[in-house]
Amino acid sequence: MTEPRALPIAARAEDRPFDPAAELYELQREEGLPRVTVPSPILGDFEAVMITRYEDARSVLRDDRLRMGFVFDPEAPRTMLNQPGNLLNYNGDEHSRLRRMLTGAFSVKRVRALRPMIEEIVSARLDALSEAGPGADLVRVFSTPIPTMVICELLGVPYADRADFQHRAQVGLDVNTTREVQIRNLAEMDEYMAGLVADHRKQPGDNVLGGVVRDFGHELTDDELVGIGNMLLIAGHETTASMLSASTALLLQHPDQLAVVRDEPSKIDDAVEELLRYCAPATIMPRQAAAPMSVRGQRIEEGERVVVSILAANRDPDATEHDLDALDVSRQPRPHVTFGHGVHQCLGQQLARMELRVALPALFDRFPTLKPAVPWEEIDYRTTALVFGVRELPVTW
Amino acid sequence: MNVEVDQSRCVAAGHCLASVPEVFDQRDDDGVVVLLDETPPEQQHERVREAAVRCPSAAIAVRARDSSS
Repeated sequence: MTEPRALPIAARAEDRPFDPAAELYELQREEGLPRVTVPSPILGDFEAVMITRYEDARSVLRDDRLRMGFVFDPEAPRTMLNQPGNLLNYNGDEHSRLRRMLTGAFSVKRVRALRPMIEEIVSARLDALSEAGPGADLVRVFSTPIPTMVICELLGVPYADRADFQHRAQVGLDVNTTREVQIRNLAEMDEYMAGLVADHRKQPGDNVLGGVVRDFGHELTDDELVGIGNMLLIAGHETTASMLSASTALLLQHPDQLAVVRDEPSKIDDAVEELLRYCAPATIMPRQAAAPMSVRGQRIEEGERVVVSILAANRDPDATEHDLDALDVSRQPRPHVTFGHGVHQCLGQQLARMELRVALPALFDRFPTLKPAVPWEEIDYRTTALVFGVRELPVTW
Repeated sequence: MNVEVDQSRCVAAGHCLASVPEVFDQRDDDGVVVLLDETPPEQQHERVREAAVRCPSAAIAVRARDSSS
């Protein structure tokens, strides 16, 4: 047997941050299920079955035998990922029980009711961008604060606390800080979230976290509630911020498609689906086989790690005769696995869609001459991070 | 066309309601699917089939009925 090929964890093409690495397309064409070595700063190098085809991705992600890669370990140090209450750390019945406590808050109708709140937040950020003036960093002034503010509403963070809350959320995402800073920041976030939970225990607020405390507080420990709050922050924040920044960078390079997003409200839902398919901010989803299973008749052994390349699956030419490497916001939406598939499919996906549908047209409408303030090649995309995005996007108009 | 839903499998992703609000709804308390029309008219068939395919937890079953599938 040949040595497995090494593949960077996010595997995007060099100099073409929106495209999968060429190796992924090669793997996609192979009939056999490839094993690759994935270099990971967190887990160390590990070997994994690499899933790159669309139908394979759907098939493994909906298979109960495939478990989440991380499982809560009470013995290990507590981190943003390693804590109770985080849906990403649960499987099977335990996962269903916890998820059902949260799904009501993220239904299509409940999210529609949040639209005015989202519009207000977006409008305030557009004012902030205008005040900051040409040269402002879109990531800092617009893309990141919008999902953070929305999460503040869902958690019931009082206005007076929001600047600090946003600062901690931003530090939590900053890969350029030291380990000490991260540990201290995390402790502060946990402490703050515990305070919020205690307040909701006394008097449940009229928001998502308050609702969970009111309806299920008797079944959940404070620790779990803190974990749920942190999960809503992590999951709802970085990916949506990335989508806002990446979509903006992408659309600025396709002015005709930007015009569709800006001027044709009836097409915005389809346009957002295409942007989600194309950007795939959660580039990969790591899993582990809890029991032997098979894909297209090929065996995956118990204990084997499985990495699904969401980016490659969304571009699988076998899924259609359309050119999926082209961005086309006007096309009939192509199916994608950007939010995953199966029982773990993103809890907040309708909320994410709503934020994008409100924020992107509003941005281009308010700043019709928006363009990057630096040459295209200087824009720093986070191609190697677990969540794809743009580190900074200075804009002018 | 005959439509069935399995509420115990549903993970409340909301695709079905977003695609065919005439046929599917979500329960207020937990977002779980509610079937509004077991035998939707033909003009909705394509969207219902699409909703069944997109459903992440395969909670929607579509069966052909009589001559109209």
